[in-house]
Amino acid sequence: MKIEILGTGCTKCAQLEKNVQEAVAKSGKFVEIKKVQDINEIMKYGVMSTPGLVIDKKVVSVGKVLTPSQILEFIK
Amino acid sequence: MFDWWQKVVDYLIYEKLKLSGKFADALDFFLFDTVKIFLLLIVIIFLVTFIRSYFPIEKVRDYLSKKHPLFGHILAAVFGIITPFCTCSAIPLFLGFLQARIPLGVTFSYLISAPMNNEIAIAMLFALFGFKITAIYIGFGLLVAIVAGLIIGRLNLEDEILIKPPPMQDLPECEIKIGFKERVIDSWLYTKDILKKVWIYVVMGISLGAFIHGYVPTDFIIKYAGNKEWYSVIVATILGIPMYSNAAGVMPLIEVLVDKGMSMGTALSFMMAITALSLPEAMILKRILSLKLILIFFGTVGIGIIIIGYIFNWIL
Repeated sequence: MKIEILGTGCTKCAQLEKNVQEAVAKSGKFVEIKKVQDINEIMKYGVMSTPGLVIDKKVVSVGKVLTPSQILEFIK
Repeated sequence: MFDWWQKVVDYLIYEKLKLSGKFADALDFFLFDTVKIFLLLIVIIFLVTFIRSYFPIEKVRDYLSKKHPLFGHILAAVFGIITPFCTCSAIPLFLGFLQARIPLGVTFSYLISAPMNNEIAIAMLFALFGFKITAIYIGFGLLVAIVAGLIIGRLNLEDEILIKPPPMQDLPECEIKIGFKERVIDSWLYTKDILKKVWIYVVMGISLGAFIHGYVPTDFIIKYAGNKEWYSVIVATILGIPMYSNAAGVMPLIEVLVDKGMSMGTALSFMMAITALSLPEAMILKRILSLKLILIFFGTVGIGIIIIGYIFNWIL
């Protein structure tokens, strides 16, 4: 499993990254976490409101900071 | 709507505590305004956020890319009211629109309308000035967004964009399902977030407003911000540009100034300049747009806001 966090570096994106790390730690699974800050890469997903969350190349959330428990739902 | 609350506060300050004079007037004003504004802020921001959750920007983009340009300007401006906008999203948003082959002018119509009609500004306006002024503000805001977008679109400035996003080909479908309950929770969390950010500015704004209300003589305001001086609208617009982050704090001040005789057109120009033209946004957009285009964008919108201020002062 691979989780990507799309964001140009605002506070919300940093918060989402923290929450993802927390959720992954809780799940105990092996998950690759990648931060995507390059605007061209973000555009490829067609996401326009950051932060965006992408799991295995699928956009699962845009424009909001999911809580660790919300992210955990996706990892399960 | 809040007459009962004014009565309670008046009774408390003047009857119960037997206060009088300038300090009492200022305190009365502060207590009344603080409670009223915070109640309305919570209700309006929550409602706006909730309604917005049904209009994700990705859907708006897909919809706009299929529209006739002129119609597109009008729609883009209207969508600016109902979609969330934060400055840090300005770049992906801009590029996303261009990717979808939405004309530059239409993109600007949206980019002007979205911050102008943000939930904080609308909530504060409604709380302080009531429905009529809020409607006028939104109406004229749309007009500025549509006309400025049309002008920018006519100037053929496509070469002033520094990053060329590739056109969209079969982008992954972004179908995110959110349930009703989750929307309510999300909206509430968001409302709490916003309040956490702005409460201190609002209280500071009301405090300063209360001070002016109690201590600054009316003639002083009329002399400098009334209808007499031809340059007051221009000064108000220029003053409004650096104040974006504190819109919530500045609005209570504007209320007091209007109360004391500042003309409504000047006040409207001031508010629009605060919300529509933000320096932080310009700094961010500089990464993808040339300085020339940003100056044209600010200039066009600024002139539009000034004209509206004059029209308004002239009518009223």
